[in-house]
Amino acid sequence: MSEPLELFTDVLVLGGGPAATWAALKAAQAGADVVLADKGYCGTSGAAASAGTGIWYVEPDPEAREKAMASREALGGYLADRRWMVRVLDQTYEGVNELATAGRYPFPVVDGRPLRRGVQGPEYMRRMRILVRRAGVRILDHSPATELLTAADGSVAGAAGHRLQTGEPYRVRAAAVVLATGGCAFLSGTLGCHVNTGDGHLMAAELGAELSGMEFSNAYAIAPEFTTLTKTAYYSFATFYREDGSVLEGAGSRRGRSVIARALLREKVYCVLDRADAETRARMRRGQPNFFLTFDRLGIDPFTQRFPITLLLEGTVRGTGGIRVVSEDCATSVPGLYVAGDAATRELICGGFTGGGSHNAAWAIASGTWAGQGAARYAAALGRGANRRPATGAGGAGLRPTGTPGTVAHRDVVAAVQAEVLPYDKNYLRHGDRLAPALAALHGVWREVRAGLHGTGAEAVRTRQAAAMTAHARWMYTAALTRTESRGMHKREDYPDQDPAWRHRLLVGGLDEIWTRPDEVAPVGPEEFAALGSPGLAGASGAYLRAAS
Amino acid sequence: MIEIVSRERCIACDRCVEVCPRNVFDRGADGVPVIARQDDCQTCFMCEAYCPADALFVAPLAFPARPGSPLRDEARLAAAGLLGGYRREIGWGRGRTPGAKFAVGPELPATPPPIVTTVTERTEIGEGIGDTISDEVTR
Repeated sequence: MSEPLELFTDVLVLGGGPAATWAALKAAQAGADVVLADKGYCGTSGAAASAGTGIWYVEPDPEAREKAMASREALGGYLADRRWMVRVLDQTYEGVNELATAGRYPFPVVDGRPLRRGVQGPEYMRRMRILVRRAGVRILDHSPATELLTAADGSVAGAAGHRLQTGEPYRVRAAAVVLATGGCAFLSGTLGCHVNTGDGHLMAAELGAELSGMEFSNAYAIAPEFTTLTKTAYYSFATFYREDGSVLEGAGSRRGRSVIARALLREKVYCVLDRADAETRARMRRGQPNFFLTFDRLGIDPFTQRFPITLLLEGTVRGTGGIRVVSEDCATSVPGLYVAGDAATRELICGGFTGGGSHNAAWAIASGTWAGQGAARYAAALGRGANRRPATGAGGAGLRPTGTPGTVAHRDVVAAVQAEVLPYDKNYLRHGDRLAPALAALHGVWREVRAGLHGTGAEAVRTRQAAAMTAHARWMYTAALTRTESRGMHKREDYPDQDPAWRHRLLVGGLDEIWTRPDEVAPVGPEEFAALGSPGLAGASGAYLRAAS
Repeated sequence: MIEIVSRERCIACDRCVEVCPRNVFDRGADGVPVIARQDDCQTCFMCEAYCPADALFVAPLAFPARPGSPLRDEARLAAAGLLGGYRREIGWGRGRTPGAKFAVGPELPATPPPIVTTVTERTEIGEGIGDTISDEVTR
């Protein structure tokens, strides 16, 4: 092993997707020196880069904005906060326009007007990388962080990791850190999400950060069987069939996906996009060319041939749970640690439900912007020399076992976790009788992980991934068992109704011992929002959220 | 998963080594990158998008194609126009217009629209190219 690379900076951004690039860009524009360290290649890694995505981009017209805010509130179980919706819509509008002008993103023009409600991932992220580089950010590609560094006072002081292509360890000492490491899809194979193993959640929890909404972690997407190409939206044009050729009644891409899950437990399910007319077909191909790669290469005509499908877990990539946000600059409860994108809870704008893209894409832009700016302000307030504070590694599971190192292999850990979180009858179709034993099994895996999982160098990246997935699954199922009702995407067969007493967000945290507690900050639905008589967070104290805790 | 680095087409620019988000490639001794960690491939097609020589082919499967699969047959894939196909679709490369400029998808219906196609023969994954893909051969 060679000498560690050691860098000093004001703001360290971990991640390389939309939220990370917006955070790095905005921190740099605010005057901070910035290092961005990505697990893969900033520009291709993460859920957005390989997909096409809609963006929650709404013209600043009061009627349109009201409609946009109201559209998914009920689906999300009224756990969102309209004050956040207002500011996310504002910030997204500004950010997307900046992408068009400064970033020169080639948005389509329809009837003489630019259409800015969606982006193609490869083009979007290629341009974000250019913007970030142009702002002077130092990018470390193929440099997964394995742990955060912490100062004596408990604040975050940087991160350490491994450079996969040079084989050298690295440390970045920083005054502030933005976690934009994405959600966790448990290596299910859903498009572009192998880097999304919840590493940031584990690192944050090791410093004492709280999580929120982890019960909203069971999004599943439709893909042709044996493939990775998840694009559920296009299955709005599908009819679903059982193995015997009869129509699978009640199945659908939106409502009715659970019908597909139930059927898949028994038999193969087929579908054909027989509801797309010629014009729709042409638009589908222009809108999402990657959707057709699978079909073109396998010699399938998806419009006339029934083909088998599967459902792939998207976990907290498209679930809404994540690290808790405690202030409007997307700080966490750990001093100096900020969070953005899918690593953060998106309940503030989505409640307990979200589709792909849209709100998530908007949240990445807005939360990335605020986290980057917040981190830059925090670093400036600490002053020069803050990044020279003595700092020690905070990583536990997978790095520093409490027992004999090497008693368990990361592959076995991943397989054991997947066996509890991927099956439809455990995670999707939830019931206490199945969740409880699954959680008990996961606790057992964690004990083995904590005692004996160990790796160094590139192996440490894999042991940490396995540890992160184990922790993630335990937070998910602990929250899922605690919330004894059905709300948002969290549906309990044993508690099929929404219970008004549960209209609050649920916090979870801890590593060896997991705790839960209701969020002290109440959701702000349409009625509460109207009662506030305020257009948003303007005028609210900067500590409005912290004050409540 | 990534199946082909065409020795004939590769210009040894190492772009795929650089951009693969999963670090699947290693630099080859002779300049042609080698698929060093295929198991890590996430079938995201990004390497193809960035390859300036249309030298890569990612089979649209979540696991390696079987030996002898048509998805590993470079001559067949080239003849079918599938090498460089993704790059062409997204309009990347000299003289092309970015596909993003035309990417206006269909309006998504709130409820499924009526059926407009009547031919619905059934196919299994792989059948269309004369291949057999199933759990037995892949897991």
